[in-house]
Amino acid sequence: MSNVLVVLEFSDGTLKSSCLPGITCAKQIADANGGELHFLVLAADPAASAEAVASAGFGASTVHTMANPAFEPFTAEAWADGIVAAVRATNPAVVGGTASSSLRDALPRAAALLDAALTSEVTAVGAEAVLTRPISAGRALLDQASSGAVSFFTARGSEFPPAEAGGAAAAVAALPPADASTRGVTVVDVQKTQSSRPALSEAEVVVSGGRGMREGENFKMLEELTDLLGGALGASRAATDAGMVPADLQVGQTGKIVAPNLYIAVAISGAIQHLAGMKGSKTIVAVNKDEEAPIFQVADYGLVGKWEDELPKILELVKAAKAG
Amino acid sequence: MKILVTVKRIPDPDESLKFADGGVDYSSSKWVPNAFDEYAVETALRLAEVAGSKDRLAEVIVMSVCPQGQRQHVTQFLAMGAERGVVVDADDSTLDSIAISKLIAEVARREEVDLVVAGKLSQDNEGNQIPQRVGGLLNWPQACFAAEVRRDKDARELTVSREVDDGVEIKKIPLPAVLSVDLRVVLPTSVSNGVTAADHRYQEGARLASLRGITMAKRKKVQVFTPDDLGVQNSGSETTRAINPPPARPSGQMVASAEELVEKLKTEAKVL
Repeated sequence: MSNVLVVLEFSDGTLKSSCLPGITCAKQIADANGGELHFLVLAADPAASAEAVASAGFGASTVHTMANPAFEPFTAEAWADGIVAAVRATNPAVVGGTASSSLRDALPRAAALLDAALTSEVTAVGAEAVLTRPISAGRALLDQASSGAVSFFTARGSEFPPAEAGGAAAAVAALPPADASTRGVTVVDVQKTQSSRPALSEAEVVVSGGRGMREGENFKMLEELTDLLGGALGASRAATDAGMVPADLQVGQTGKIVAPNLYIAVAISGAIQHLAGMKGSKTIVAVNKDEEAPIFQVADYGLVGKWEDELPKILELVKAAKAG
Repeated sequence: MKILVTVKRIPDPDESLKFADGGVDYSSSKWVPNAFDEYAVETALRLAEVAGSKDRLAEVIVMSVCPQGQRQHVTQFLAMGAERGVVVDADDSTLDSIAISKLIAEVARREEVDLVVAGKLSQDNEGNQIPQRVGGLLNWPQACFAAEVRRDKDARELTVSREVDDGVEIKKIPLPAVLSVDLRVVLPTSVSNGVTAADHRYQEGARLASLRGITMAKRKKVQVFTPDDLGVQNSGSETTRAINPPPARPSGQMVASAEELVEKLKTEAKVL
């Protein structure tokens, strides 16, 4: 058996769109291995979610479900138990999904319980299912092979296109109930970031500001540009650490990894850690007063100048371009 | 209370990489402590100490898997304020994450610690999986990517704010437990232990070693094990086939004005 099992996540019964790149990566591994694509739904009552995914197809043959109240809200402890039980029941060769904060939390724990290898943040699938992942802030790519009865992966969401619904409907199969314990933890609260803008990791356009913006008030002009382009607002670590904008806007090795169609970096010098989070973007624009700034080495279009001078002009010109 | 902090040395992340023979040549690299491990030690010290007093609420032990002769980073963390060290004498570059996790779990068991604190990832390997694995191996609860950690006086649980994709999750975990820390855990009021004054503000970042700390560090105890002593063999189930430089981005162009920029975005890149 060389099947690939993808762990899916839902929000109010709807498949999270963040799962879709992970499905694409899993399908590529399944094709390289000559195996089938299977899904796993862990929930208190997974039937409705599983039926919806099964009818959407996505190239999967079976949607496995496991019901246990301990699966909601998400905890790495209970989910790892559920994943281990599902692996023992269905014997996949590979288990994984998108590198979301939940799966990055639960999958390594499950891998340890099965004494299995895990390849993190996969960016490409090669021959014989060798998986490529970036190391050292994206300055090198490591090709990793895994042996053993089962191995795990997480896929970097920005590197695989979202899987598309279609094809034959998958079968739904309920797995026998298994013990799953939260180990005494309680999820007290999840404080969701409120924003009218698209999520950073899914936006087509990202406009980011750096240390050179000096204070939060100055981000207003960037927000205006962001909204004009229908994008998401981002920031460098220097800007979030200085408290100019909330921490969850940080783009970089230690923040969000983004790969939009258009990335506009304003007053960001371009430290390696920031570049690691955005250099997969299709078109990169950099505006910086320092012509030596490393950001210009990855930019498709570089403009040397102070943001105070250039941003108002850019705003007007973009407005005109949008109107015309 | 006993806290075990895992630490690692990495090649200086500001040095450029030398690619050779399908791998990276680190032979002339300068080695520095992993930044996230500095945050982990800082977190443990803030949980352990009573600011402004010599009282301690916990013993802080730093642990590293590294060649015995190359443990300057361990000495550095002892100088920061950890009480003692444990070194597993092995070339960590030859061990996979399965083996490293087992070594950590075994030391945690033998030392009967109440808490394992780790950085969320190492800046070189970027695996982001060791603390989660250790949680699984020990069958303990875990709180990963912690931005804030609170403990009430003498409590056998921690309240942790974790950075998740759509915001912040607040999770209460009973001890013993495993914690992995994100960088915002070293902001001035991110860690509290219920004894240090609630309005105490730490200096941002991981503390520097004091001169006295550096002198004391040389006298602190460092226990050395081999993987065999701890009953751990390398699993061999993760193999590195090659390490290559990423494909270079085609070089871009400088534009002279905002007008030229917007015009090119519209007509050339076609993104507006």
